[in-house]
Amino acid sequence: MTSFTDSLIKGLLDLGLVPGGSAALALVGAVIFLGVAVFLLIALNALIAVYFERKVSAFMQDRLGPMEAGFFGFAGGKRFWGGIAQTVADALKLLGKEDIIPTDTDRKLFIIAPFIIFGAAFCAIIGIPVGYGLVISDFNIGIFYVVAISSVGVIGIILSGWASNNKWSLYGAMRAAAQIISYELPIGMSLLLVVMVVGSLQFHDIVAWQETNRWFIIHSPFTVIAFLIFFLSGVAEVNRTPFDLPESESELVAGFMTEYSGFRWAIFFLSEYANVAVVSLMTAIVFLGGWLSPVGGLLRTFSVADGWYYLEGPWWGAFWISVKAIFLIFVMMWFRWTWPRMRVDQLMYTAWKVFIPFALVNIFLVGVWELLFA
Amino acid sequence: MSEALKNFGVVKAEEMVLNMGPQHPSTHGVLRLRIRTDGEIVSHIEPHIGYLHRCFEKHCENVTYPQVIPYTDRCDYLASMNNNHVYAMAVEKLMDIELPERVEYIRVIVAELQRIASHLMALGAMGLDLGGVTPITWTFRDRERILDLFEYTCGARLLYNYIWIGGLSHDLPPKFVQYANEFLDYFEKQIVEYDRILTYNKIFVERTADVGVLPVDVAISYGCSGPVLRGSGVNWDLRKNEPYSIYDRFEWEAAVGKGEVGTLGDCWDRYWVRVEEMRQSVRIVRQALAQLPKEGDVHAAIPKKIRPPKGEIYFRAENPKGDLGFYIISDGSPVPYRLKMRSSTFCNLSVLNEIARGWMISDVVAILGSLDIVLGEIDR
Repeated sequence: MTSFTDSLIKGLLDLGLVPGGSAALALVGAVIFLGVAVFLLIALNALIAVYFERKVSAFMQDRLGPMEAGFFGFAGGKRFWGGIAQTVADALKLLGKEDIIPTDTDRKLFIIAPFIIFGAAFCAIIGIPVGYGLVISDFNIGIFYVVAISSVGVIGIILSGWASNNKWSLYGAMRAAAQIISYELPIGMSLLLVVMVVGSLQFHDIVAWQETNRWFIIHSPFTVIAFLIFFLSGVAEVNRTPFDLPESESELVAGFMTEYSGFRWAIFFLSEYANVAVVSLMTAIVFLGGWLSPVGGLLRTFSVADGWYYLEGPWWGAFWISVKAIFLIFVMMWFRWTWPRMRVDQLMYTAWKVFIPFALVNIFLVGVWELLFA
Repeated sequence: MSEALKNFGVVKAEEMVLNMGPQHPSTHGVLRLRIRTDGEIVSHIEPHIGYLHRCFEKHCENVTYPQVIPYTDRCDYLASMNNNHVYAMAVEKLMDIELPERVEYIRVIVAELQRIASHLMALGAMGLDLGGVTPITWTFRDRERILDLFEYTCGARLLYNYIWIGGLSHDLPPKFVQYANEFLDYFEKQIVEYDRILTYNKIFVERTADVGVLPVDVAISYGCSGPVLRGSGVNWDLRKNEPYSIYDRFEWEAAVGKGEVGTLGDCWDRYWVRVEEMRQSVRIVRQALAQLPKEGDVHAAIPKKIRPPKGEIYFRAENPKGDLGFYIISDGSPVPYRLKMRSSTFCNLSVLNEIARGWMISDVVAILGSLDIVLGEIDR
């Protein structure tokens, strides 16, 4: 199995595009190319996710959502795609906005904070495969890397809250710090049992295990609980309702982003949706069989002869993982537009007194299950 | 033991003063709260009002009696019909005017529809305060239909000037009864939907049950009224206790909090009273529509120039948000000598510090939502 980076370096060298055939230069070229690609991917993800979210929320709320801005022959109007260019227009508007830095802020921290959050989301995406071999870099400690790097984002949140010199921002930042640190633990524990069963931290190994055995969500009754704990903690990690306390627009105005505007605010926005994608992709890979075809898996259990209708292969793999991730993203939006928000102490209660004990017991029970049935 | 040793290991945070409003998403207008907090815990709240003061009472001393009605519209702008109704009744009582049957029925119908509209707003806004964005769009969708009915009736959607002294500005339009009945049929099913998404939602119950408990004695000593008082378990509804207009002709029950999911008098009870009142209002409107006299004038025989006799009157009635009272002193001229409005939400807001102390900032928002304030009426 080779990752994107490996194939890109090899391709650059083979085609003789690197002067002198230096491997180091090829690496630099590949990194720059892939960095830009990931950035564009994040931006595209946010554009589509925001439009999706606005439409989902609109239909849940008995509205039509954006329906004026159209482009490329998609005219606006009361159609499903009526406002397809709305997020593009919004993004352009954000870029053109005045960049306000309030007078009494800690200027340097204020400027650097959004980029730390964005950097964390950016680095997390590098380690996540979106299909067999479709990964920027396939770490052998992939799960550990993604969990570790995505929690760096909390530093950016604390910095932005502190540097804003605004009481609401400070509240939001403090809440975010407490929340993200608390929910790291159940996430880690739920992943631990998967790692224990598979014996590897590499995403490809986990999916390979699920291919030869079965998807983790149906591995045993306990992994269903682990899946729920992981997904809900993931929702809390990315600060979405019912765990969106760091922003909580009705209490803290906008939480840690209160003082941000224009492009810096857009960076927050991009990283929020990038994190949503990371959590959904990770859940899909670890518990829902990643790029494995549900059709193929089902047919194989009934020993049907191999054929095209198995819908397997690298491109079908990318399709299936997207379907699973998009479904999970939809579930997150479903949460957001139906549930009210929890309170800080209830949030902590859920993490420390419900999720963590259950996750701990889960590890033990799955171990017993493996001993008995594996 | 030395002082330093005694305090060793005792961590005490400094208190912080937080200014909430007047530009804040959930202070329901231009209320400003000065909150002293210890971390997230609130130790003292001081409401600062006056950002929407428009000298309502002083204005009233300079305009004739009928001209006061548009001003009452603008006090509690979510329940304009009820304000019109109370003021008109006050002046009619001062002048001893007998009203035609049909007028009384129409007034009750529009007042109860307005009560539903006002409670819908309260429900949605409370859901929004707690972070649920969907309920408010649903309640607004249904409130819209009531506003459509009012627009059909009198041309205005928010500030009606519909109930006049001694009658109404217009009679009901031709198919009003049919449309209103259609709306009620539709609306009764919607209440079940609100129950599903908000009232019995686990997170909503967790956020509101046992939070901001208002004991009965505190409620009474602060002069609370309306759903806030009834949420504490006091069966006090002026429509029942001091029947005015024709409320004694209908079959309905006053909604009183029961402490169903938590302590009696918590945020959830105040919220639930509103939901229950909407059901009761539907009952009242149904009966009133059925009994509505087919024919009749909607203007009582009153002099062209309204000149109440010398004297004074205090008249109060049940508004969606509580007891609304008008104290009018007449010196026999066409202009009130003095007009004082007793606002229910002003008293309801004053209890905030009493019940929100010791709770968190998130709870202050929930409690404020459950008090259902309208700054237009508090500042006047």
